[in-house]
Amino acid sequence: MRSLTHLERLEAESIHIFREVVAEAENPVMLYSVGKDSSVMLHLARKAFYPAPPPFPVLHVASGWDFADLLAHRDRTVREYGLKLIIAENEEAEAQGINPFDTGSALYSQAQLTDPLKRALTAHGFDAAFGGGRRDEEKARAKERIFSFRNASHRWDPKNQRPELWNLYNAKKAKGESIRVFPISNWTELDIWQYIALEKIDIVPLYFSKPRPTVERDGMILVVDDDRFRLDPGEEPVTRSVRFRTLGCYPLTGATVSRATEMNDIIQEMLLATGSERQGRAIDKGQSASMEDKKAEGYF
Amino acid sequence: MNKPPSFLTDALIAEDIDAYLDQHQHKSLLRFITCGSVDDGKSTLIGRLLYDSRMIFEDQLAALESDSKRHGTQGEEIDFALLVDGLAAEREQGITIDVAYRFFTTEKRKFIVADTPGHEQYTRNMVTGASTADLAVILVDARKGVLQQTRRHSYLVHLLGIRHVVLAVNKMDLVGYDRAVFDRIVADYRAFATSIGISDFTAIPISGFKGDNITALSANTPWYSGPALIAHLETVEVDAAAAQTQPFRMPVQWVNRPNLDFRGFAGQIASGTIRPGDQVRIVPSGKTSTVARIVTFDGDLDEAVAGQSVTLTLADEVDCSRGDLIAAAGDPPQASDQFCATFVWMDEEALKPGRGYWLKMGTQMVTATIQPPKYEIDVNSLEHLAAKTLGLNAIGVAEFATDRAIAFEAYGVSRQLGGFILIDKFTNATVAAGMIAFSLRRADNVHWQPLAITRDDHAELKNQTPRVLWFTGLSGSGKSTIANEVEKQLFLMNRHTFLLDGDNVRHGLNRDLGFTEADRIENIRRVGEVAKLMADAGLIVLTAFISPFRAEREMVRAMLRKGEFIEIFVDTPLDVAEARDVKGLYKKARAGQLKNFTGIDSPYEPPENPEIRVNTVDMTPEEAARHIIARILPLK
Repeated sequence: MRSLTHLERLEAESIHIFREVVAEAENPVMLYSVGKDSSVMLHLARKAFYPAPPPFPVLHVASGWDFADLLAHRDRTVREYGLKLIIAENEEAEAQGINPFDTGSALYSQAQLTDPLKRALTAHGFDAAFGGGRRDEEKARAKERIFSFRNASHRWDPKNQRPELWNLYNAKKAKGESIRVFPISNWTELDIWQYIALEKIDIVPLYFSKPRPTVERDGMILVVDDDRFRLDPGEEPVTRSVRFRTLGCYPLTGATVSRATEMNDIIQEMLLATGSERQGRAIDKGQSASMEDKKAEGYF
Repeated sequence: MNKPPSFLTDALIAEDIDAYLDQHQHKSLLRFITCGSVDDGKSTLIGRLLYDSRMIFEDQLAALESDSKRHGTQGEEIDFALLVDGLAAEREQGITIDVAYRFFTTEKRKFIVADTPGHEQYTRNMVTGASTADLAVILVDARKGVLQQTRRHSYLVHLLGIRHVVLAVNKMDLVGYDRAVFDRIVADYRAFATSIGISDFTAIPISGFKGDNITALSANTPWYSGPALIAHLETVEVDAAAAQTQPFRMPVQWVNRPNLDFRGFAGQIASGTIRPGDQVRIVPSGKTSTVARIVTFDGDLDEAVAGQSVTLTLADEVDCSRGDLIAAAGDPPQASDQFCATFVWMDEEALKPGRGYWLKMGTQMVTATIQPPKYEIDVNSLEHLAAKTLGLNAIGVAEFATDRAIAFEAYGVSRQLGGFILIDKFTNATVAAGMIAFSLRRADNVHWQPLAITRDDHAELKNQTPRVLWFTGLSGSGKSTIANEVEKQLFLMNRHTFLLDGDNVRHGLNRDLGFTEADRIENIRRVGEVAKLMADAGLIVLTAFISPFRAEREMVRAMLRKGEFIEIFVDTPLDVAEARDVKGLYKKARAGQLKNFTGIDSPYEPPENPEIRVNTVDMTPEEAARHIIARILPLK
């Protein structure tokens, strides 16, 4: 007899969830943000269906302001694992004058992330979408089910969730409805990092510290990732050794000064950190229930 | 603000991250549930656990401090409850109304806590949270003692099969850490717990607010010699480990066929262990084979145990698909299509006995019909109440019948193979959670041979011999009434039936036909063909047509297999039928308003050797139906 470790149990649960969805849904897709949680999800999906490849495409919502390293990592991963990639984006953003410098964060995330996501899900007729949400991230997430239903306009009704008992998931749905499925609901940030280290999962180099051109604004350190970054008069990029705990649009994602260049350094920094992971995201700021409001709108 | 005490060893993390990671990597996982009444301090306890285990970051703490001033109930102190009461509307009400899952880690274990509400109407949420928990912490307010809600929560915890119970007597600070108060509550609780079958529990005096006996033993309770709450949670045995000692069972989730050379059966092992070379049996087909490989992404395994998600390949080409169970060949689980279960109703719309619901258990999805409950259980008094149905949050016991045999274990043996959900076929809502108590009979079709789907397969699946019960007799003789009664009784016997009624068929399929002799013959020919198709599908078909001509009845008999056609002569004399004249047709016929009316101006040829004859003058329709069913037994 051997007892399973918590990571083995989490892995087995996630694999079970992936297989249930593929067995019961007609047209599933995996949301792939290319971040660490997505990388773990992809790894679990490959395990779930091995030796077959994951029997669904991956969908990346590209805002047009993604880190160059992130896009390179995405394309390399897709090529290496033979995945089918679908890119969702708002092609009219420029014409609409939407950009992360002038547009308010609520409108920006609606126009660049939520709307393109909803349009892509509808256009391809996906009836189930895997997302990398974790219950430890945020209070609203803590109460979301693993199988989370969306009506035809992709809205979430937190008051009308199906009870989830044992490991039995009810995937029945009416025409037009879809399910968001969160296979790593029960993982914590520490579990994710530990698993990446154990399984040697390849992640975007932005998570590791290295000297990068930065500016400091409103208490956040931003990386000048390309020449579209609008510098204020007199502002000069300063080279700092920084890394990211979470990845979003580069002009909106705060970096932390760090010397962590190895996986274990990252975990050490995380464990000794005093700020939560989403602190680095401008989009999640605002009143404390804002994540719940965004989720109701269709944000992942 | 003082730095919170930490279960994580900051020094170890800072000095030797590798050693810390090695320690963390080998931790086990315990899932538990906290239950308590509205003001027992449940959220405060969980908030305290998160806070003490450093799961709260400074930015969250800052939000918490400002929230505490706005919504808090603890004055200037931090209100830990606000940390866990999630959704905005709930926060305004100050009540948790759903299940929320929280995470924390100590040096020995990782924990997932299901936080469920205490108030009466949310049995549903507590049952949900309890279904995945290994342990339950039942909170009691030291000032109030064991309340009705404490009893209800304990009953649900026991019902859901949680074997480890902690009685946390909270708010000890408000009773001056009085030992007598604690001892009295423990004695009260012991009396109740024993009465419902909870044989053992661990009682701990705590204060979630002040932190007594949570992470460390408190100086305020020198008389308490047991463990602190965390120390106890760290040492309890996890259920997943116990499942390994049971016989091997794996529900098949998905068949993996990337190419013609590979056919793997993917699933999560529910119990036992498996090795290549082990003999296995597919349930319900009964086919046996040998495990060839245990395939994983990380390479083939020599052994896999309960809880792991794997892919098995078998040595033989056996039929096996989603919904089947791969089990130890020498010790397979039972399979049946009738069982008795305790179930909790979770939907606003009450149970409809006799209606078909989806039943999902493991990876099996079947249609189940439920008899009217034997009784409902009053969760407060634990009395058995008479019930015709179950409403939201009600718990009852009933007999279930499924449209095909399913493999299962009693819930007491296996939560995974004995727990099921019911899904409404129209709304798709999860309407109930059930726990199988025992099988009502052993299905004898467990080992049918998997072939292409023939009419025999259809019949076998329905566990019955298809028949066509052909009722013939004059208009008003009682054919439809008796046929309906027979169908009702067969339905209660869980038989799959269909009643083709003369009047109804003439509204649709035979709308184009009149009552001339030719049309009457065509009417019967078509009905005969439909009945034959339905018999091919495995059904017991009942037809209620005057069918006045012997030839047509014999034509139908010839379409069917020998013995399948059962001619039932509803022998009612013309004068009796005419005197009844339920539809007023005889009167019209006598008045010449209806042409070609059987018995008046069109002949009726009574059967010469009917299989069954019923006399409606001496028998009631119920008696006639019983007489007919007695004559067609056995049904298989």
